[in-house]
Amino acid sequence: MVNKKETSKPIIQAIDVNFYYGTTQALFEISLDIAPQRVTALIGPSGCGKSTFLRCLNRMNDIIPKTRLTGKVLINDRDIYDENENIVELRKQVGMVFQKSNPFPKSIFDNVAYGPRIHKLNGKNQLIEIVEKSLQRAALWDEVKDRLNDNAMSLSGGQQQRLCIARALAVDPQILLMDEPASALDPKSTTRIEDLIGELRTDYTIVIVTHNMQQAARVSDETAFFYEGQLIEFSPTKKIFTKPKQKQTEDYITGRFG
Amino acid sequence: MRMDKFMRLLLISTASISILIVALIFLFLGKEAFPFALEPGLGKLFDSRWVPVSFQEERYGIYPLVAGSSLVTLLAMLISIPLSIIGAIYISEVAQSIEREILKPFIEILASIPSVVLGFFGLVVLAPLVKNIFGLSSGLNALTAALLLALMALPTIITISEDALASVPQSFKQASLALGASELQTIFKVTVPAALPGIIAAIMLGIGRVIGETMAVLMVSGNSAIISFYPLDSIRTMTATIAAEMGEVPFGSHHYQALFWIGIVLLFATFVLNILSRLVLKKYGMAQ
Ligand SMILES: Nc1ncnc2c1ncn2[C@@H]1O[C@H](COP(=O)(O)OP(=O)(O)OP(=O)(O)O)[C@@H](O)[C@H]1O
Ligand SMILES: [Mg+2]
Repeated sequence: MVNKKETSKPIIQAIDVNFYYGTTQALFEISLDIAPQRVTALIGPSGCGKSTFLRCLNRMNDIIPKTRLTGKVLINDRDIYDENENIVELRKQVGMVFQKSNPFPKSIFDNVAYGPRIHKLNGKNQLIEIVEKSLQRAALWDEVKDRLNDNAMSLSGGQQQRLCIARALAVDPQILLMDEPASALDPKSTTRIEDLIGELRTDYTIVIVTHNMQQAARVSDETAFFYEGQLIEFSPTKKIFTKPKQKQTEDYITGRFG
Repeated sequence: MRMDKFMRLLLISTASISILIVALIFLFLGKEAFPFALEPGLGKLFDSRWVPVSFQEERYGIYPLVAGSSLVTLLAMLISIPLSIIGAIYISEVAQSIEREILKPFIEILASIPSVVLGFFGLVVLAPLVKNIFGLSSGLNALTAALLLALMALPTIITISEDALASVPQSFKQASLALGASELQTIFKVTVPAALPGIIAAIMLGIGRVIGETMAVLMVSGNSAIISFYPLDSIRTMTATIAAEMGEVPFGSHHYQALFWIGIVLLFATFVLNILSRLVLKKYGMAQ
């Protein structure tokens, strides 16, 4: 929706990606380029492979046994499936927010400080600074600044999800992957998350999976429509919602299936 | 509504019965033990010798027995806690499912072996082993007893800790991995802390089993009531003393009453342990 330079070099490039759970193939020849500092929405009916594709981008599929990927995923021109790839560095660079908010059963402070501590970005003062900045970025600081030592489980669902966003931001990623980050939240919290995504797009590249058509239309610059493991259409969001090229896309968007 | 009231009544009465039983245990222990406080006096218990049958002067000092129990318990926990927690982490977080299916039944079998039978194992296998390794004249000592007790506490601590670890939601681990943490960092910074209340409960139950265990220690500890904190000395525990002497003691004698005092001390020790574990749980904010 926001017009930025179309010429910017892609930060994420998927090239002929096939993905298999055991012998079942979940993704077929996916190729797409994602430009930096944009919000890209992945939409499609349930089971079409959106989450699977998203997890390919930070190699979270690695932890599922018997999975296999062919093709290439380049991030900043680096092949992240190269055998020399450092997964720790990759996941530092590519943060992830899950569908169900999953703060650790630790204090609010320790949740946000978890990543920086793991990556030794600490030094007490620096840590405090990082935590504050991250919470501010996640639009949660004002609500929690007086209770940083409270257990994160005492926050509301919407606050927990923003805490998870703050936690992801604390390691200073370039890319933020979000898998239906608002699907378990009430409308008000959903609006807050969407506003937040709008604010974050200036500094981060965001890839968001959503089931909610309106949400995709509201928050994203580009939209990719997946169907049965295939990428059917990838266009600027405005275009896909007004003049889809493919019949299947149109059927899905107008609610004829899915 | 009626059903509600009925259920309430039922629950209240069951709860009260268990409280009543505990109270009765205290009462009867107290009743049998009390006369000792008048004659020969409680001071007799705070003594360094336990010689309840003697032609000269009977001594009822429980220090050596308390020392024996403490030494054996401490040693057993020192051996058992690290081993079983590492074991639990391995089974729950690292092992392949085949390994898990082989390991778990073995641990359950270990838990179900009667302690007398383990005592035989202690006598026939552990004691000679300890004897040879340290070049002693007898292998019946605190270390052997502790090894045996550690073996008994192992399945309890492993099983319960493993349950606690396995019930840590997958989503916590995913969050940690997605932040760039390694598997090992995830285990020690997320999974274990999240499972800590369960692990502490497991340790407490393990200690309970070790303190209360009687037969096996009776068989391999050497049974000399001396005050010692040296693992290779033969010692005697409170439980073993009660078990060994209760059968032969004249009813109502001072010796008989002194044995009841040992029972009270044991009860008190487990009570303190219980309170301590609650405090620990509270500190981690997990107490119900
Ligand atoms: N861990 C797994 N093991 C085996 N198959 C899986 C696994 N996860 C997903 N799949 C399969 O891969 C396909 C794509 O699943 P995926 O979760 O990526 O879909 P999705 O588009 O995210 O769906 P939803 O909108 O319901 O979240 C589905 O057929 C699913 O059954
Ligand atoms: Mg999904």
